Amino acid sequence: MVALTEAEQAMLDGASGAATQKAMELLIRYADALGAERFVETNNVAGVPGSAPQWIKDYYAADGGDYRAVFSRFDLDSDEVVDVPRMNAFSCHLQGGMDPTLWQEQGMTEAAHDNFVSDEAEVAAHGIQILKTCTPYLAGNVPVMGEHCAWMESSAVVFANSVIGARTNCEGRESTSAAMLAKRIPDWGFHRDAFRKGQHSVSVDVPVDSIFEWGMLGYYVGDAVQDTIPVITGAVSDASLIRHKHFGAAAASSGGVEMYHMVGITPEAPSVEHAFGGTAKGERFVYDAAARRRIYEMLNSVGSSQDVDYVMLGCPHYSIEQIAQAAALIEGRKVHANSALWVFTSRAVKATADANGYTKILRDAGAFLMTDTCSAISQAVPKGTKVAALDSAKQVHYLPAMMGIEGWYGTTAECIDAACTGKWKGRLA
Amino acid sequence: MSTVLDKPRVVITGRKVVGGVAEGEALVTHETISGWGGVNPMTGTVIESRHELKGVSFAGKILVFPGAKGSSGWSGIFHMAKLRGMAPLAMVFNIMTTKAALGAVVMRVPTVTDCDQDPLAVIRTGDWVRVDGDAGTITVWDKRPA
Repeated sequence: MVALTEAEQAMLDGASGAATQKAMELLIRYADALGAERFVETNNVAGVPGSAPQWIKDYYAADGGDYRAVFSRFDLDSDEVVDVPRMNAFSCHLQGGMDPTLWQEQGMTEAAHDNFVSDEAEVAAHGIQILKTCTPYLAGNVPVMGEHCAWMESSAVVFANSVIGARTNCEGRESTSAAMLAKRIPDWGFHRDAFRKGQHSVSVDVPVDSIFEWGMLGYYVGDAVQDTIPVITGAVSDASLIRHKHFGAAAASSGGVEMYHMVGITPEAPSVEHAFGGTAKGERFVYDAAARRRIYEMLNSVGSSQDVDYVMLGCPHYSIEQIAQAAALIEGRKVHANSALWVFTSRAVKATADANGYTKILRDAGAFLMTDTCSAISQAVPKGTKVAALDSAKQVHYLPAMMGIEGWYGTTAECIDAACTGKWKGRLA
Repeated sequence: MSTVLDKPRVVITGRKVVGGVAEGEALVTHETISGWGGVNPMTGTVIESRHELKGVSFAGKILVFPGAKGSSGWSGIFHMAKLRGMAPLAMVFNIMTTKAALGAVVMRVPTVTDCDQDPLAVIRTGDWVRVDGDAGTITVWDKRPA
């Protein structure tokens, strides 16, 4: 059984109100399921609190079918409906279901949009920041090293743990909503020093120096080590925020990687010994030319037709650097009549893209810069899409399976060429 | 009536994740399961490309699997499956993760982990299985006892 401090016992006894009491009840069930012995305090929580499609609201129709009902019954898994106050922790809303202005382009109904507007008003009224992105660290929430967080979104979690040295497990919707009220999360997993040490080695024998290569290496690493912690050494270079973003997202998708060490690159891996907490252990995987080709073929195994009718960029949400690059690649060109190009980012980054004129460059080319969501999250692709081209290993892992379409993985430039020609010409150099 | 035919093939002991008792037919996979993007919550069907259970629903089954992977939407997707009446009856898994723990908690289905024998080696799809979450035991028969 998880041990409670006096303050936690008081919350459980209802001293901070019914909603916080229900939050503690859920967190205790969760901590006991994990086998955690105590909680840590957190004041940095990112989730999707209370937002729900209409069918979930309808499911709780007897309770009013509103935000309060969904938050109580679904988010807090409570047996009774309680009043939901403003959140106590610094709380952020991650990605949502549609673009706030281009929703019709995404094929959303007016009713779904009304529901989206209503949920967003409730989220704001409950003191939750409307970041609406899978990249909170690009939109105003950058944790510091050692900070205990409770974050959802596997790509953000792996970034926070690995690149920043913050501490979060891959939390779920219900645990983050509860943590927003109780400011507690089980002291388990990545909150604890011993859990953060490497378990397997990955030796990189081919140059990995671009976002395309980092994405493939990430997909390889996740496939190899599954949900353990890899220690990566060798020919990885040109580290940058966006390369880590794509590497981590890929590794979290093909496996369940929530933290990785790159020796000499990430903050908890100044040396192999430090990364492992002793001598290297576990299995040793080698990423060589053959492995690289195998991963490329795996990522492209759901593509057969060269006729690309949709290109999606922005998984995880594009940074301003990536939007600038996409704008430079497409300026003066046009998206092909048989294709479409949607680029996804956060509202915060889009504001900069607007100021820089990138949004207009994309629009003039026939592309859209969209926020809040992505094609996988919203299950929205241009009508009639059969074959998509993607520059994200994560998105090619998910989107074709979810939408029953074909998918190609390539570089950003290959994807933009496909959007402008309607033909896939990607290849492994 | 208990007869020799009702004798279980094996009894596995593990640790309670979520209490309660459920019994039914086993669905065993040796591959980790992705929730969001890997499962359709409306039907409880695995949809992940290349997954050995692709097209198979875990609704009403005793789901025996190595563990959870992928998106943090794992618990949310399994929670939705529960709302749709498509949850597994019980779960047995090997690798503890926040995803699988929270998913089991909010589905409120009996769940056991940390087993003394590898459930993936011992339990086969189609076996009749009783999961006693409180006792942490998993009882396995070749077929439903008379």
